[in-house]
Amino acid sequence: MSHEKRGLEFFVLSAFFAMFVVFLYGPLSAILILSFQGPNGGLTFPLNGVSMHWFGNLFERQAVGDFGGSFRRSTALGLMVMVVTVVVSLLAGLAFRRKFLGATPLFYLAVASLVVPSIIISLGIGVVFQQIGFRPAWYSSAFGAHLTWTLPFGVLIMFAVFNRFSPAYEEAARDLGASSWQTFAHVVLPMIAPSLIGVGLFGFTLSYDEFARTLMTSGTYNTLPLEIYGMTTNVTTPVLYALGTVTTLFSFVVIAATLGAIVLVNRRRLRA
Amino acid sequence: MAVAATEQPAIVEPTRAPRTRSSRRAGAGWVSYVQALPLALILACFLLLPILMITVVSFWDYDFASMYPDFVTMNYADTLGSWVTWKTYLNTLKYAFMVWALTLFIGFWVAYYLAFHIRTAAMQMVLFLVCTVPFLTSNIIRMISWIPVLGRNGLVNTSLVDIGLIPAPIEWLLYSDFAVVLAMVHLYTLFMVTPIFNTLMRIDRSLVEAARDAGANGWQVLTAVILPLAKPGMAIGTIFVVTLVMADFSTVQVMSGGQSASVALMMKNQMSLLQYPAAAANAVVLLILVLFMVAGILRIVDIRKEL
Repeated sequence: MSHEKRGLEFFVLSAFFAMFVVFLYGPLSAILILSFQGPNGGLTFPLNGVSMHWFGNLFERQAVGDFGGSFRRSTALGLMVMVVTVVVSLLAGLAFRRKFLGATPLFYLAVASLVVPSIIISLGIGVVFQQIGFRPAWYSSAFGAHLTWTLPFGVLIMFAVFNRFSPAYEEAARDLGASSWQTFAHVVLPMIAPSLIGVGLFGFTLSYDEFARTLMTSGTYNTLPLEIYGMTTNVTTPVLYALGTVTTLFSFVVIAATLGAIVLVNRRRLRA
Repeated sequence: MAVAATEQPAIVEPTRAPRTRSSRRAGAGWVSYVQALPLALILACFLLLPILMITVVSFWDYDFASMYPDFVTMNYADTLGSWVTWKTYLNTLKYAFMVWALTLFIGFWVAYYLAFHIRTAAMQMVLFLVCTVPFLTSNIIRMISWIPVLGRNGLVNTSLVDIGLIPAPIEWLLYSDFAVVLAMVHLYTLFMVTPIFNTLMRIDRSLVEAARDAGANGWQVLTAVILPLAKPGMAIGTIFVVTLVMADFSTVQVMSGGQSASVALMMKNQMSLLQYPAAAANAVVLLILVLFMVAGILRIVDIRKEL
């Protein structure tokens, strides 16, 4: 069918797809533009002059609470979640390649982790910490709460990867005398590296943007999404949009860097 | 296509993973347990234990300051006996149904377009990424970005008034059920696109050609071949969207301007009043409802068989 002439269906669906993309990006670009609102401008169009005023405002403590601190905490938490997600998902993916007692229940437990409403996990972990007598904090309780969201994604991606992975490569390596560890480090790992980078991206961005799971588990100090959520109710200036623009650009940079890394790894693998 | 593999979480039955030679080697069995242990431990501590704790706490007594270990069914009686609760559940289900119908419609056509009308793999990847990128940015930012668009003096209203289509700004664009559903569709459509795209890409193209050769027209190919084969993807997408909407409180709170409620928002309000046992009872009811819905979806379409 690939050499047929484009029919009416193609043009209708192209228009539909274009509208979908506008729907996705339109509102985002609205706040991007409005974050350059003049000092006297408000929350809506038209632009009342163009300035960097609200970006400057972002870094004054009174205006937006603790933007710098919450950004640092969210980034640190995202990195922690990323590392643990990659390692644990990889190990679980390797484990599930063989049959073992309890494999199916564990698989369904991981799927259940996706399905259980986030606020229930938040409440549950909050109450558990309270009863044990631990103080909830972003690096302990919120860390665990985020893992219940990122790990199922990581594990499912690793399943998909290992399902398409031919054991012939490992068998060849073993026939050539490689030990289990050598087979893993020199054959398996380079082949699945792009997928692992993808899992890392999921781990970081899902954690960096996670909100509901952090609500009851962050303890004294807010993460960035909590800080932004607080602002939606009590900040009525474009500084909110400036914050939105900065965090969104940060996300874009992270995504672009990750995709770049995947392309680079793929290219290097093809050359080798 | 390595990126494709990472971007499309597919639910794959673990026991059907290709068996390697090592699985037949005796004595290496313990390795699997060691490898699976971290996942099992984390899920036990941060998923099972909290749910267990919620179930226990839902039977506890409480007052304005603290909660007391007990065995009372008061929390359930309060929740299920209240007319407000039932109304809130109905409202949440209404959102779930509307968002599900819209995301399914949009998601299917977007995935279908990407899978069957885009001819090169590179272009498919680029367009798929274009759809994916916004979903990797903050939900709250994407939500509030509707405010300057839909507000009383927002883009839509000012343009419509300027053209002269309407005499005065439409009030129900923002802070309404419409806004809630719109924002949820905006937030969750990718969870429908990805699994459907994944199943569509696995459809053997010769099936479509065979149907053509047998005299099927485009519409018949779509309804008799592609749609039935896309069902597993639709089911997985449905599970994602329904559970996300059922758990949502922030979109409902922000986009309805506090005028509508959802079950999770009701829980959140109870939590902020420190009524944890009441919130816990609500959580148990919500969890049971969600699990029943997921079980129902898995009954209609057997994902394990079809993947």
